[in-house]
Amino acid sequence: MSKNLLEIKNLLKYYGDKLAVDDLSITVEAGKIVGLLGPNGCGKTTTMKIVAGLINDYKGTVLIEGKEPGVESRSGISYLPEKTYLSDWMKVSYAIDYFADFYADFDKNKAYEILTRFQLEGNMKLKAMSKGMQEKVQLILVMARAARLYLLDEPLSGIDPAARTTMLDIVLQNYTEGSSILLSTHLIYDVERIFDSVIMMGNGKLILSDTVDNIRETSGKSVDELFREVFKC
Amino acid sequence: MDYEYNPNIPIYIQIMDIIKLKVLSEEWKEGDRVPSVRDLSIEFSVNPNTMQRALSELEREGLVYSERTAGRFITTDKGKINETREAMARHTIESFLKQMQKVGFTTEQIITKIKEV
Repeated sequence: MSKNLLEIKNLLKYYGDKLAVDDLSITVEAGKIVGLLGPNGCGKTTTMKIVAGLINDYKGTVLIEGKEPGVESRSGISYLPEKTYLSDWMKVSYAIDYFADFYADFDKNKAYEILTRFQLEGNMKLKAMSKGMQEKVQLILVMARAARLYLLDEPLSGIDPAARTTMLDIVLQNYTEGSSILLSTHLIYDVERIFDSVIMMGNGKLILSDTVDNIRETSGKSVDELFREVFKC
Repeated sequence: MDYEYNPNIPIYIQIMDIIKLKVLSEEWKEGDRVPSVRDLSIEFSVNPNTMQRALSELEREGLVYSERTAGRFITTDKGKINETREAMARHTIESFLKQMQKVGFTTEQIITKIKEV
């Protein structure tokens, strides 16, 4: 069967004496789109940052195609952070050149092609754009790379419901075949149609990991309903 | 095109039904080449793996067949298409009956009602 592209075993991460990720073990198979779900503060972003190679002081095993997070793994990972890192004085065309300089697998033509499809132009300044437009630009930059693993941290949070479909289409139409996507969100209803499987986290722990088809077939519930049940307060 | 999916049922099953309807309504004719998984997944706005599963299941049921290098095609077996039509009709009637029984009609009353309409 499929090989695991990402393997996390017994991952532990403390911030001071606060435990952020508590003995997490998960895998992401090659070619799969996986949802990382959980309430705010459950450790989703920390887990993503560790996989992206931005946090090094963790315990446990993290392997991306058999390698620990580092310079080598980073070149195959396209990471969309939760917070924006583009400066707002930039023009879109500048941001595209910047990415093209930085990443060997960045496809400039593809970036412009997607931009045009979503009625965005290269000479627009980020400052003059709405939050939703800025997030679209960032997602386009991330998806225009031919990466092995796309890590998308809350790509839909600032996007109005009507544009969410568009954002998901950007993801679906542009990820490289055979690559995997790990997408974190708390807006499950809008996204669950694109997932192969989901991983639910609560308080840094793994709560559930299953395929979407299996969840629907065995419980007759949507992932969204199941999530609301699991995290009922 | 936009499709509405029921969130409580696996999407591949819903896609199978949509494709069956396309074949039965002859929007997709027998012997036609089925578009690629990639193109279909874009049209249906779903994950390519989901589309792959839907097509494999349809292949298992015999409504489509694949030719090693040329891709997938709609069956030319009229019996198979009729079988699918019968199964879908049966399924539609069963869920209609269930709904009518909930509304409070007996089978006799349902039949009279249908004749009335």
